[in-house]
Amino acid sequence: MSKLEIVKGYPRYMRESIKAVEKTRDKRSKETFKLMSLEERAELLQKHHPDYKKKEKRPLRFGPNKGDLMPHEVVDLLEAHPLVNPRDIDLSHVDFDTDILIIGGGGGGMTAALWAHYSGIPAENILIIQKLRLQDSNSVMSQGGVQAADKPNDSPLLHYLDIIGGGHFTNNPELVRALAMDGAYIMKWHEELGVEYRRDAEGTMFTLSGGGASRKRMHSARDYTGLEIVRTLKDEVLNKEIPVLEFTSAVELITDDQNRVAGAVLYNMETQQYYVARAKATILSTGGFGRLHIQGFPTTNHYGATADGLVLAYHVGAKLRDMDSVQYHPTGAVYPEQIVGLLVTEKVRSLGAQPVNKHGEQFVYPLEPRDVEASAIIRECYEKNNGIETTTGIRGVWLDSPLIELTRGEGTIQKELPAMLRQYARFDIDMTEDPVLIFPTLHFQNGGVEMINDKAETSISGLFAAGEVTGGAHGKNRLMGNSILEYSVFGRRAGMFATKYAKKMKLGKLTLNHVTKYEKMLKESGVETDRKAPILLPEYRGEKVLSHALDIL
Amino acid sequence: MGREYQVPFGLTIMKAMEYAGYRFIRGAGCRGGFCGSCATVYRIEGDYKLRVALACQKTVEDGMYLTQLPFTPANKPVYDVEKLSPSVNVLLEYYPEIAKCVSCNTCTKACPQDLEVMDYVQAALRGDLEEVARLSFDCIGCGLCAMRCPTSIVPYNVAQLARRLYGKYVMPRAKHVDDRVKEVEEGKFDEEIKNLMETSLDVLKERYTKRDIEK
Repeated sequence: MSKLEIVKGYPRYMRESIKAVEKTRDKRSKETFKLMSLEERAELLQKHHPDYKKKEKRPLRFGPNKGDLMPHEVVDLLEAHPLVNPRDIDLSHVDFDTDILIIGGGGGGMTAALWAHYSGIPAENILIIQKLRLQDSNSVMSQGGVQAADKPNDSPLLHYLDIIGGGHFTNNPELVRALAMDGAYIMKWHEELGVEYRRDAEGTMFTLSGGGASRKRMHSARDYTGLEIVRTLKDEVLNKEIPVLEFTSAVELITDDQNRVAGAVLYNMETQQYYVARAKATILSTGGFGRLHIQGFPTTNHYGATADGLVLAYHVGAKLRDMDSVQYHPTGAVYPEQIVGLLVTEKVRSLGAQPVNKHGEQFVYPLEPRDVEASAIIRECYEKNNGIETTTGIRGVWLDSPLIELTRGEGTIQKELPAMLRQYARFDIDMTEDPVLIFPTLHFQNGGVEMINDKAETSISGLFAAGEVTGGAHGKNRLMGNSILEYSVFGRRAGMFATKYAKKMKLGKLTLNHVTKYEKMLKESGVETDRKAPILLPEYRGEKVLSHALDIL
Repeated sequence: MGREYQVPFGLTIMKAMEYAGYRFIRGAGCRGGFCGSCATVYRIEGDYKLRVALACQKTVEDGMYLTQLPFTPANKPVYDVEKLSPSVNVLLEYYPEIAKCVSCNTCTKACPQDLEVMDYVQAALRGDLEEVARLSFDCIGCGLCAMRCPTSIVPYNVAQLARRLYGKYVMPRAKHVDDRVKEVEEGKFDEEIKNLMETSLDVLKERYTKRDIEK
């Protein structure tokens, strides 16, 4: 490899283009690029959004979503053998007997646990299981903030319009109402827990705009908003002494003889022992599918985002929705190589940074809804050929971060974006002086297990869900700041309504009949495969090692 | 970890270990510098100095030898923040060991986020919640400071209590949040939101397109 000359973190050849960006900065700081009409959006998406590429999807062959087009990576998991054979599992021995089982200990799961407890379930009758550590989730990584319509110039009605328009009018209105109406409750609850949202001396929340939002309603805590919320929730879960099993995954749901979900088969990730957990109500809060790398995209997601919840739910016959829709975050890092795919928070644009091409020109309004913004960046790089190519051949455009310092004053980035600043500084890039190179990255599962009402219920009795694993609230596209809101709103509702349900529930005999049935459907629909699911963790080991591996121990 | 591997140039420690054949159950989390699950200690051959890093954020170097922290056994008392007050003594009451701090600054040197850990432990000792909250805010709870402290303090748990008390009792409350909660409870938006839910797609699209955008 020839040695590249690196100047302040960037190869010398990129410096030419950075000069062009610097040259237009002053002028651009006074210009706003025009917003697209609904028609322009539709045309752009059709032509450039990865979701609209037909060959990247295929119809699912069986089950309640038979015939639905989904990405190959998702179909591969649904058209796969369940991990457990019912004959190997002794359901007569119950290891954990609980009122409410919560699968997934991220933001949604912990919120659900706390609200189940507030609603009257004793801590010891709740169980959170978490395949890695408590709090390991995408929730901890969300940076930009939470949307909540709590300012005098704002209203839940405007938030409702933003959500449903951003989702291309495909959302379930009942769920959108819950999101829009509960925002202020969530902020109040977080304040009571002690979450440090930025406020002024009078207590007025510091709020910014986000893509597709008509009001400045994004509340933040520097660019560690997710971390600040989640560590507070975790502290509270530990203080309430709610039982948590870490490094334990759910490999199959259990039903009772009336097909109601009644717990799960758990699996110790380290000792490989299984446990039977019986629960009157089960809440699925397993997050999304970023680590499936749909269409080969890099991802912003947590190591554990492997769509386990989708698979478990589909095994018991729960309906999914909008699984054809994937969110690519417009601004993923593409340089340096070590951080390719990692998130550059939308807050960077909310604070005033513009996406700019290699000539230093704006080409899109900085805060379009995410799918539209991402498509415009793809078009700029591939149709218009105005991208900058990295040393490893990835194209991207600039996100002109120094503009923030120019328009909001020096030191703004240090104060508002310390995580971003730190991330780039680790590779000798100073984002207060130089722009950063970005391209869309796989970010969020827009669809999921269908939530059938605002009580966080799914189509199967006894199975509640909250957060990214669900479908319906965002339709075909989620707006920024609505993911924390979603797991908070529906985590709370799942906790409350699962409590109500559990209090009345008398379970029948435990079974895994649905697994046998699933195997039968698989066979009858002609699927021939060795695949097994859920996969629990992605596979990143080197090919050389895997090709010579022996399964001995 | 005592076994030598050759990996391609430019990988992070995490990706290098995976390339070499390790599959993480512990020691990998968000892979983006936010969760603190991949705390790593290492030395470079020929250098006495023990260094720290997050495996997901640090590029491997020639002669690097390392291990990861799979778990931190950390003292965390149970408390009810509703019943506490932001008093000068509250941190000392729950974490009396902070009085044993010998100001050696090892915690600060062990912080992969470059936080002034010792300074916030000292602020905790003085009962200065605001200073603890400010200095510790970017903490990702990786555990390295706690494992390196010669007097067994768990700085990040002390800071967590301080931040909760500061956020709950010292930061001013947002009146507009309370006002909005009240309006929602009184049903101020119920009828209009019902109309939005029931209206035709064309009307909804028109209302969406015509809504004014706050600049």
